[in-house]
Amino acid sequence: MNAWMRVVLYIVAAPLIGGLLGGWDRRISARMQSRRGPPIMQPFYDVLKLLQKENLAVQPLQNYYIVFYLALMIFTGALFFGGSDLLLVVFALTTAAIFFALAAYKVGSPYSFIGAERELIQMMAYEPMIILTAIGMYMATKTFYVHEIAGRSDMPALALPGVFLGFVYMLTIKFRKSPFDLSSSHHAHQELVRGITTEFSGRTLAMIEIAHWYETVFLMGWVYLFFAASPALGIAMALLVYGFVILVDNVFARLKWQTALASAWLVTATLGFGNILILSAWR
Amino acid sequence: MLIVLTLVLVPCLAGLILLFLRSDFLRRIVVSVTVLGVCAVTISLAFQPMPLNDAGFQWHRHDLHWLMILGEIGIGLYVLYIGAVRRNILAVALGLAQGVVIGAFEFVIATNVHGTQPVYVDKLSVLMALINGIVGGGICVYALGYMRDYVETHRDVADRRPLFFALLFVFMGAMFGLVFANNLLWLLFFWEITTLCSFLLIGYTQTEEAKRNAMTALVMNLAGGLAFSLAIVWFYLETGSVELQALITSKHGLALLPAALLCFAGMTKSAQYPFSRWLLGAMVAPTPVSALLHSSTMVKAGVYLVLRMAPVVTGTAVGVLVAVIGGLTFLVASLAAITTPEAKKVLAYSTIANLGLVVLCGGVGTHAAVWAGALLIVFHAVSKCLLFLCVGVVEHHLHSRDIEAMSGLIQRLPHVALMMLIGMAGMFLAPFGMLISKWAALRAVVDTYPALSFFIVFGGAATLFFWTKWMGKLVEGSHPQTAVAREVSLDESIALYALTGATFLACALFPLISSKLIEPYIAGVYGQTAFLGEGNNIILGIMMTVVMLFPLSLALHRRSARIVEPYLGGANAAEHGAFLGMGGHVEEVTIHNYYLHTIFSEAWLARWGAWASAALLAALLAKAWL
Repeated sequence: MNAWMRVVLYIVAAPLIGGLLGGWDRRISARMQSRRGPPIMQPFYDVLKLLQKENLAVQPLQNYYIVFYLALMIFTGALFFGGSDLLLVVFALTTAAIFFALAAYKVGSPYSFIGAERELIQMMAYEPMIILTAIGMYMATKTFYVHEIAGRSDMPALALPGVFLGFVYMLTIKFRKSPFDLSSSHHAHQELVRGITTEFSGRTLAMIEIAHWYETVFLMGWVYLFFAASPALGIAMALLVYGFVILVDNVFARLKWQTALASAWLVTATLGFGNILILSAWR
Repeated sequence: MLIVLTLVLVPCLAGLILLFLRSDFLRRIVVSVTVLGVCAVTISLAFQPMPLNDAGFQWHRHDLHWLMILGEIGIGLYVLYIGAVRRNILAVALGLAQGVVIGAFEFVIATNVHGTQPVYVDKLSVLMALINGIVGGGICVYALGYMRDYVETHRDVADRRPLFFALLFVFMGAMFGLVFANNLLWLLFFWEITTLCSFLLIGYTQTEEAKRNAMTALVMNLAGGLAFSLAIVWFYLETGSVELQALITSKHGLALLPAALLCFAGMTKSAQYPFSRWLLGAMVAPTPVSALLHSSTMVKAGVYLVLRMAPVVTGTAVGVLVAVIGGLTFLVASLAAITTPEAKKVLAYSTIANLGLVVLCGGVGTHAAVWAGALLIVFHAVSKCLLFLCVGVVEHHLHSRDIEAMSGLIQRLPHVALMMLIGMAGMFLAPFGMLISKWAALRAVVDTYPALSFFIVFGGAATLFFWTKWMGKLVEGSHPQTAVAREVSLDESIALYALTGATFLACALFPLISSKLIEPYIAGVYGQTAFLGEGNNIILGIMMTVVMLFPLSLALHRRSARIVEPYLGGANAAEHGAFLGMGGHVEEVTIHNYYLHTIFSEAWLARWGAWASAALLAALLAKAWL
């Protein structure tokens, strides 16, 4: 399959897969809490309903930032599945995330402001490890290009166990799952209300939701990349990691942002850098 | 050859004229004409075949040499005088030491240094000259309007504008001399002029604080000057030459100590830890001075020298130590920038951090690293200059440098705020240049010393945080504000729009800058060159378009959404942005950024950053010595 085909496939299929994964998440979480849970298709129903709602805003321009957030998030995934340079993918991801934070700043409501501030702290927490993952993959495979990493017969994961664990740690932060649901929680009945998304509604909230689906698929694609030499194992590991993140979400209470930042940097410095240093000494 | 002389002498001459002009009108004419002329000449220089040396240029070289020695003696005596008047023993000691070293060299050791080429111009010199001419020129034009307002609002400060403008231009001329010089003695001469100019400019207001900070800057840069002189003497004793080109192309062993000393000098000038204090103190000066020091001259002279030393130190322990000091500076300064709400200080920390990144590239010293370092210098100069000039305008309107006071600035000063946002995006956001260069730096490091990426990834994350929260403050809209009628004066707006254009242009022309200026230089020194892959250029192009659509869509925005009040716990008061607090009192919503004081403290970072880097510096000099 050539690069453009993969990109088109990603753009079409990612929201479907992402939505299904979201439905699965809610179903499993419900079972873990001894509830029945919604149907698997519930995220799609939610988004369809949101799209029909009235367009409300506190600031006239706030929704524009979200348009760019969504566009850049799709772009990030397209770069990734198109087989581009991993560092470039990370930078596109960062740019997308910054637009999201700026949208919440723009609103100027205290809840979304705190949400944005915490979102930035979360970004600061996970970004080093994400870049380090790209570096680790380069050291293991001698290339930054996704399509070349995916085409290799050896698994980057074997050379990068520490980096892989660190990456999974950052996924819980990136997905804003407990214990790191600091900037926005799925549950609006707490001190932050809905955090970064407090003032977004209707169409705009639907866009945020869709961006999240794209993001999920992109990040799961990265997990797959660790095991790309064996596609079956790759998919299994991606699903396993997703399930693990759900489990963690249900088991842990929220941590303070200080703990989130310190622990994330500690994990990066030990697991991530430890792995990189051993690898560079080895070579 | 004439072109080189023109660029050095014309600004100095203009400075001399400006020293005696009290009329604002005449000053404007002289400044504008000189800046236009200098810009035109630097651009024409870019089209000359390189490298340019002074073969066939014989006239009066001997006289020039003596003139320069006279100038050096003058500077030395002035430094001693200042040191004595301010009772600063360190300044006197450093001044004397340098005087003894250089005096002994000129009159005893090397009484007749003939046959050297004083001037050598290659593409790296041209790149630096372009920055100096265009960005520096822009600052001089901006200063016209800024200083007029400054004199009106700062009645307590004596109006010394003739001296101010004279210094700006001498500074510019010296910077040209510095990047063109090949004879290290000449280079040192211009180096010392920039030190002196910065001392005088930082102390412009003559308040106690300004005097103190100017003195700090002087002492630290004198230490660098002393290291520079020692490097010259040592290199002459080893090889009998005082040429920069000879140093760069000579064998590792012979040139390592002089190169280490020159790196030391470069680090003092570019405010690396432990010398970062002087650049932070330099904020007391009027904004054009900060802009000049931070973007086009002074600190760039330091990193220029470090990049020049890259081929000598690459692959040595000295190079690694230089890189670690640069990396440490990047990390510590980026973390420190999180902790302060003062706009100019954030900019200063960010400058120190980015210079650290350039020093890191110089220390790694491979062709890919130097390529990244040169790119960083270009992009940083443009964006940082724009940001300083914007903050200067904002300070005029708000009478504050506090970032918290800039809340909702996009409503009050829409144009300036938008330009600030562009400048900030230029500093850290895809697809602007700084990010491309950081990416290149990261790749260069991964191929050589992967452990150094530690500094870049953590420092980069901190960068992300402090810029975005500032951007957030600018766009935030908790309270409606009305736009100011006249945001900027004519001179200021010319400079601001030109620099905003330059920020975009530098990105759009980046492949051209790289292929026409940086790559030929790298190829000339290393025999191979670095560049981004074709595909990556295309992707960056697409991304640039996506982000460029943003201001456009802002301009075309439709107010389709129904505007509602924000959620305030269900206790909204009748006024916008207010809520009913305890006992039914109406209270305004106030929101503040996080400065993470519980995690990082500015004082702690400054102290440990300085100690750690001082230890590294000592190790560096010891290693080079052995």
